[in-house]
Amino acid sequence: MSLCQLPLRTRARITSVDWDGLAQHEARRLRELGFDEGVSIELLHHGPMGRDPIACRVGRMTIALRRAQAAAISVEPDPQQ
Amino acid sequence: MNPMPLVALVGNPNAGKSALFNALTGARQKVGNYPGVTVERHSGRMALNDGRPIELVDLPGTYSLEPSSPDEQVTRDVLIGTQEGERVPEAMVVVVDATNLDNHLRFVLQLKKLGRPMVLTLNMIDMAERDGLKIDLDVIARELGIPVVSTVAVRKRGIDALKDALAGILAGPRPAAPVSLDADITHFQREARRIAHLAIVEQPRARAFTRGIDRAALHPVAGPMILLTILFVMFQAVYAWSEAPMGWIEGFQGWLGDDAAANLPGGFFRSLLIEGIINGVGSVVVFLPQILILFFFILILEASGYMVRAAFLMDRMMAGVGLSGRAFIPLLSSFACAIPGIMATRSIDDPKERLTTILIAPLMTCSARLPVYAVIIGAFIPARDVGPGIGLQGLVLLGLYLFGIVSAVVAALVFRRTATQGAASGFLMELPRYQLPRLRDLALGLWHRAYVFLRRAGTIIMAVTITLWLLTSYPVAPGGVKQSEYSVAGRIASGLEVVLRPIGFNHEMSLAVIPAMAAREVAVSALQTVYAIDASDEDARAEALGSQLARRWSLPTALAFLMWFVFAPQCLSTIAVVRRETNGWRWPVFMLVYLFGLAYLAAGATFWLATALGL
Repeated sequence: MSLCQLPLRTRARITSVDWDGLAQHEARRLRELGFDEGVSIELLHHGPMGRDPIACRVGRMTIALRRAQAAAISVEPDPQQ
Repeated sequence: MNPMPLVALVGNPNAGKSALFNALTGARQKVGNYPGVTVERHSGRMALNDGRPIELVDLPGTYSLEPSSPDEQVTRDVLIGTQEGERVPEAMVVVVDATNLDNHLRFVLQLKKLGRPMVLTLNMIDMAERDGLKIDLDVIARELGIPVVSTVAVRKRGIDALKDALAGILAGPRPAAPVSLDADITHFQREARRIAHLAIVEQPRARAFTRGIDRAALHPVAGPMILLTILFVMFQAVYAWSEAPMGWIEGFQGWLGDDAAANLPGGFFRSLLIEGIINGVGSVVVFLPQILILFFFILILEASGYMVRAAFLMDRMMAGVGLSGRAFIPLLSSFACAIPGIMATRSIDDPKERLTTILIAPLMTCSARLPVYAVIIGAFIPARDVGPGIGLQGLVLLGLYLFGIVSAVVAALVFRRTATQGAASGFLMELPRYQLPRLRDLALGLWHRAYVFLRRAGTIIMAVTITLWLLTSYPVAPGGVKQSEYSVAGRIASGLEVVLRPIGFNHEMSLAVIPAMAAREVAVSALQTVYAIDASDEDARAEALGSQLARRWSLPTALAFLMWFVFAPQCLSTIAVVRRETNGWRWPVFMLVYLFGLAYLAAGATFWLATALGL
């Protein structure tokens, strides 16, 4: 499922990122902030309007991003949690 | 040849780099500018433990060596040795946030590829320990092959060990190979995670404190309410808390004026001193408490980490006008002053979004408008309550703030479809952990603001006030003619009055608007000067500006004057900073034209409407 569809406060793992579907600078920023295949992720907050943007924990950082970018990130809930 | 080795301090944003810089260099700092770009160069002298001096340069924080802003460009260029006006650093001190190891290590690996001697310092190690995170420094040192120390910069812990490590690498061999830049982020990222995994001995539960606060602060319903409450308290405090200190300043000013009047012989200098300087400059200085209170809140919101949360909450709304939550931070700062606000737009990556933010920043009601608003509202809006605890004066003031915001929204919408057209920009930001703002940093920030304001009052505003006083005092009018019309300034104003008369401005207002080009608050001191000069006797001269205005101006005229100041870009410093930040005259001129145009139309519409309504 896409990161947007992940229920709040559920641990998950990034299965794939559609790097080519993102603008080049967006893809780079996402990488710099720790987004990558195999990284654990948790959706923490939705924005107040249209549930956009979202805030998620990636590694040990909390990152805010818009749903438009989050749609490029596929995740699967982590069974260990 | 400079004998002092140059060492660069490098690190991610939010890693506590500046605190470490302060701890290492103390007061021996210099702030300059890199040539050709608007990036400040912070450097300072530090001494190693054996007393050898080192020049330390604090490079702008960045997440990688692929720049996406002018600041980050400088960091990269200095490190690869191509930055104009900077020596090639002999070594690097790389700062990472100990609580954020896996991610920050990626940047360390990229820096290591440059081949320069480097020390890694894990800063904020106390935070990591408090979170229950245990890190094995030896593992990191072994894996990276560089010395690793831990510091708590804000408490000056670990500084000596860092200096020893730095002395060690400076004594070591210099790299022979030219520096190479490797941009394969994914590769570094995986290596970073591997090392972090080895080095982290004990995993903590995620930062419980910050998560707890965020559950309320970013809650879809409670979050916006908390933000609104904070903003409401902030703007209320600007008035409620400033009453007493403003009284003291006015008292002091009155005492100074009386003292001068009693002890100096009458004549040119006494008039210049009392009317020109004490009352003119004093009428501006009295707003220092309000400005400091506003900055007090802005500084706390920034230092605590809440400002980024506000950006998160506001992002969707800002997206509606083609901006992002990032633009919210500079715009909120612009309520204190557009200059730091416009400088804060540097953190916006998208050039079109940044330009739009710069163009609308002057529409946020800055503290320099407060003197003008306060005097006019005080004189024309009755101080009565329209509801429990809601005063009419405060309501009008709030209305002016809101009108500025609404205009900014409309302007942004129009610009994003015309002058600054471009693809919608994204929103991607780290939400740092909450921190208690440090009292010392807060005090320093406020002191800096007070100093800038008082220097302005003592230089530009004083010079403009004195010039205006001279120009309105001479030549001396013959009996029966008004001094403010006969004088040099009066004749200039009469020329401008032809243009401003249709929107309800009288002669004195036309006169006050000219020197207010230097800074808006001068309008108040200018009116003060003009009416003092026209006054026939000492009593009339002592009459408060507010009551003079109430007697002389009609309500439509006063309202038109308020509307004028919602828009009019009357601030030389803002225009100068826009020129600097946009590298040319094109955008500042554009801004002047559109804002003066709107000021004229809005003032005119208000005047005609108010007159038609019979106010």
